[in-house]
Amino acid sequence: MTPDAAIQAEGLTKRYGETTAVDSLSFTLPRGATWGLLGGNGAGKSTTIAMLLGILVPTEGRVRVLGHDMARDRFAALARMNFSSPYVALPQRLTVAENLRVYAHLYDVPQAEARIAELAEALQLEDILNRPAGQLSAGQKTRVALAKALVNRPDLLLLDEPTASLDPDTGDWVRSWLERYREESGCAILLASHNMAEVERLCGHVLMMKRGRLVAEGAPAELVSRFGRDNLEDVFLDIARDRRVGA
Amino acid sequence: MRASLRRIWGLVYRHLALYRRSWPRLLELMYWPVLQMLVWGFVTAYLAGVQQNTASVAAGVLLGGVLLWEVALRSQMGFAITFLEEIWSRNLGHIFVSPLRPGELVAGLVVMATLRMLVGVLPAVGLAWLLYGFGLFALGPVVVLFFAALMMMGWAVALGVTAMILRHGAGAEPLAWSVLFGLTPFACVFYPLSTLPAALQWVAQAIPAAHVFEGMRAALLQGRVDLWHLGAAFVLDLLWLALLGRVFLGQFEAARRSGALLSIGE
Repeated sequence: MTPDAAIQAEGLTKRYGETTAVDSLSFTLPRGATWGLLGGNGAGKSTTIAMLLGILVPTEGRVRVLGHDMARDRFAALARMNFSSPYVALPQRLTVAENLRVYAHLYDVPQAEARIAELAEALQLEDILNRPAGQLSAGQKTRVALAKALVNRPDLLLLDEPTASLDPDTGDWVRSWLERYREESGCAILLASHNMAEVERLCGHVLMMKRGRLVAEGAPAELVSRFGRDNLEDVFLDIARDRRVGA
Repeated sequence: MRASLRRIWGLVYRHLALYRRSWPRLLELMYWPVLQMLVWGFVTAYLAGVQQNTASVAAGVLLGGVLLWEVALRSQMGFAITFLEEIWSRNLGHIFVSPLRPGELVAGLVVMATLRMLVGVLPAVGLAWLLYGFGLFALGPVVVLFFAALMMMGWAVALGVTAMILRHGAGAEPLAWSVLFGLTPFACVFYPLSTLPAALQWVAQAIPAAHVFEGMRAALLQGRVDLWHLGAAFVLDLLWLALLGRVFLGQFEAARRSGALLSIGE
């Protein structure tokens, strides 16, 4: 057991009948680090994130999150972590403030209104706090989703494609903000993304998955060098196209 | 305990905020109970006119039945539809990865079901008194117990419906509207339990509502509180809540294992 681990996954496996979605995945994400979880469609990233969040029970293996065994004590871990994905919406008819208030209650955040004001200022939401979530632009929705994910000051943040569908300017703003937030808060981040430039910029370590298995891992620069490529995108393509898997 | 209550309030607040800015939803809550009451009110007015006094007592039984049955219907629908609202808004993923425990989710749904039932049924009760002179609460404090027993039955059925939605996804949604209507013949809303064929009387005896309506008729026709039927209704409620509560929790865990929570809206 690693006391400084934000996530410790050991032999994590998920099978649906004959299909193995995740196969013996083991890794340890240190506290305060930002790691990338990469892979093509169907590689097992979403299944892995679902198991880390406790919404899916592994067929084999176990996960400890922030020292809590997710099989026995997942609610203690869930109170200290959070999650954001463009594929899970917030109620569209509720205003931004109401949405944040709901999650401040669900996470039992002390001084909820002060926390919402703090997040509104940090993420530039002040002007849209009273606007229904359904009337926001993609960039505004991303910032609101981030505010929701940060409402409980998490020690671990799971982000599933945080900048998907954002224009380059807004995407860059979000990435800069995440970098700064991690430095200031010491929060560990596991980031699933298809944007390799984003991963190279944010992540100190990358887990590459293919067909449910961990096929390569290391610092982005190290992987690029190991595969003899110029950038992480080419490494990703090599792995996706079986050119040098396991290099 | 305080944190638990706060999480329950978070879920309730989310739905209150939704209703606050959606008057069609509020109107829909009142629409069916009021419509049912109007139709049955005219039927009872007609019966009372044709057969004078004897029928006016029967008319009270009909209107009382309609209004009380709405308590069970609205409680069941209120619970199940509040859960469905989370699926429709694609918010369930956030709810299930928050620290909200399954028991707290159920408690939040029960609170919303109660509020939805009160908003839907109380205007119909008031209109029945205004339009037809039928005062449901004239039966006395026992009406509160009738309400409670029927609400509990509604929650129990809704736990079963929600378990089916967890298992079968959106395909089980129609159950949220239809399942309790299927129990109406056995609930003895408009006729005594003895009217049913002997074999079906056994089925009816297992349904809390059948005992509530026997109790309602005793109160309306004989002016007495039938403690046996009232007690039977509550005991059955507790049994059904315990059984279907276990089914719900079992299905929730099964959905975590099968991955159904990830695709519940499909």
